[in-house]
Amino acid sequence: MTEIPQNGAPSAPILEIRGLRKSFGDLSVLKDISLSVEPGNVVSVIGPSGSGKSTLLRCASFLETADGGDILYDGQYAMKDGVYASKAELNHCRTRFGMVFQNFNLFPHYSVLRNVSEPPLLHGEDKEEVRERAMSLLKKMGLEGKENAYPCQLSGGQQQRVAIARALALRPEILFFDEPTSALDPELTGEVLKVIRQLAEDRMTMVVVTHEMPFARAVSNRVIFMDKGVIVEQGHPEDVFGAPTQERTKQFLRNYQS
Amino acid sequence: MTLMTMIVKMSEGLGKTCAIFFLTLLFSLPLGMLVALLRMSRNRIVSAVTRFFITVLRGTPLMLQLLAVTYGPYYLFGANVARNKLIPVVIAFAINYAAYFAEIYRGGIESIPVGQYEAAEVLGYTRMQTFLRIILPQVVKRIMPSVTNEVVTLVKDTSMAFTVSYQEMFTIGKQIANSQTSFLPFVVAGVFYYVFNFIVDRVMGRIEKRLDYYK
Repeated sequence: MTEIPQNGAPSAPILEIRGLRKSFGDLSVLKDISLSVEPGNVVSVIGPSGSGKSTLLRCASFLETADGGDILYDGQYAMKDGVYASKAELNHCRTRFGMVFQNFNLFPHYSVLRNVSEPPLLHGEDKEEVRERAMSLLKKMGLEGKENAYPCQLSGGQQQRVAIARALALRPEILFFDEPTSALDPELTGEVLKVIRQLAEDRMTMVVVTHEMPFARAVSNRVIFMDKGVIVEQGHPEDVFGAPTQERTKQFLRNYQS
Repeated sequence: MTLMTMIVKMSEGLGKTCAIFFLTLLFSLPLGMLVALLRMSRNRIVSAVTRFFITVLRGTPLMLQLLAVTYGPYYLFGANVARNKLIPVVIAFAINYAAYFAEIYRGGIESIPVGQYEAAEVLGYTRMQTFLRIILPQVVKRIMPSVTNEVVTLVKDTSMAFTVSYQEMFTIGKQIANSQTSFLPFVVAGVFYYVFNFIVDRVMGRIEKRLDYYK
C-alpha cells in the first residue's frame, strides 16, 4: 500500500519536492532531493546525524531558504527552480502544513488552551468553533483537564502532545515532525509515538524525521534513508528494513539492531 | 534652622524630584525600545550609527549631558536658557536612560530562543504579531531585574539635577547645607532617597511576582 488511489486514479501529491539543493557555506547539506507525499501517506525519514533530514523538513516549511529546486503544495509552486513565490503565495502554502519541533517550541507565557487556539483565532476563525476544536484535540491527545496549565507545568511528553494539538488546530493537510521524540526520555517517547500512530490510523498525511526505527517500520508506508544530503534508498518499510539493497543502508541499520 | 524646617523645605522639592523620575521613565522606556530596534536593524548603517550614540551616552557622564542639553543651546546658538529647567533635565535624563534601556531590551530580545520565532512563523503569525504577542511578553519578564536596577539608580540620579540648579529636593538640601554649614540636609536627602527606593523596590517586586505564573 504505497499509493492511496482515489477514484481509481493515483491521487495528486500534497507535497512535491524536485531537485532540492541547500548548502551552508561550503557544506552541501541537500543535493538534488526529490520526493512527493500523497494524501494519507506516512513517510519516515531516517539517517545518521548530519544527513540532511531535518534540513529537508526545514526547507519544506520555509524555515530554511533552499538554494535550488522546486517545492509544490497541491500543485502550487512555493519555489520554482530556486525562486520563491510571492509572500502571499508562501503564506497560503503555509496554511497547508503543520510543524512539530524537536524542542516543542510552545509559547511558555500562554496556557495550553491559548497555545492551541490563538493561531486559528488570528486567522479570523470563529471563537466558539476554535475553542471546541481545541478542546477536542486536547482530549484526543490525552490532555483533558490540562487546558489551563502552563507548558512549564507539563512533562516533555505532554508538552509535545500540546504542540501536536497546536499544529492540528490549523487543520493542515500535511504534518511535519522534526525528531519529535529526540528531546524526551524513553518513558515519554512512547506516549508521543502512540499519538502519532493514532494520527496515522486516522489517515493524516505526515512526514516524520525520526531515529525510532521500530516506529518508522510499523507506522509509515514509506521509508526514506538519507545520508550526506542524498536519498540513498527508499521504499516500503519492510523492504528498506527487511532487505535493504544499499550497502550504506545496511551499515546504518546494523548499528540500530545491535 | 531646625531639622523640621529643613525637612519641610526639602519636601517642597520632592514634587520636582518625582517629576524628573516619572517623566524620565515615561519617555525613556518606549524610546529605549525604539533605540533597541534600530540597534538590531539589519541595515548596517542604522545599526552602526545607533551603536555609536549608545556608546556616547553610556560613555560620558550624565552630569555632562545635563549641562550640554541645558546650556548647549546658549553657547551654540545664543538661545535663551530654558526658563523651566525641567524640560532640558528630562530630555537629558530620558535620552541617557533610553540608551541603557535599549541595551537591556536588546539583551532580552536576543535571549529568546529562535524556536519561538520559528514556531510563530509556521503557525502564521505576522512579524508584528510575533513580536507583540510572543517575544515582547517574554522579554519583559526576563529583563525585570535589570530594569529594576536602572529604576533604582534613576531615583538617586535625579539628584544630578543640582548641576543645572533645578530646584529639586537635593538641590534645595545642598543650598541649605551651604548656608547653614550643616551636614544634616544630606542625611535628610539620604533618608528621602532610601524611602523612595524602598517603595520602588516593593512595586517592582510586585510586578515581578505577577509575571511569575510561568517559568
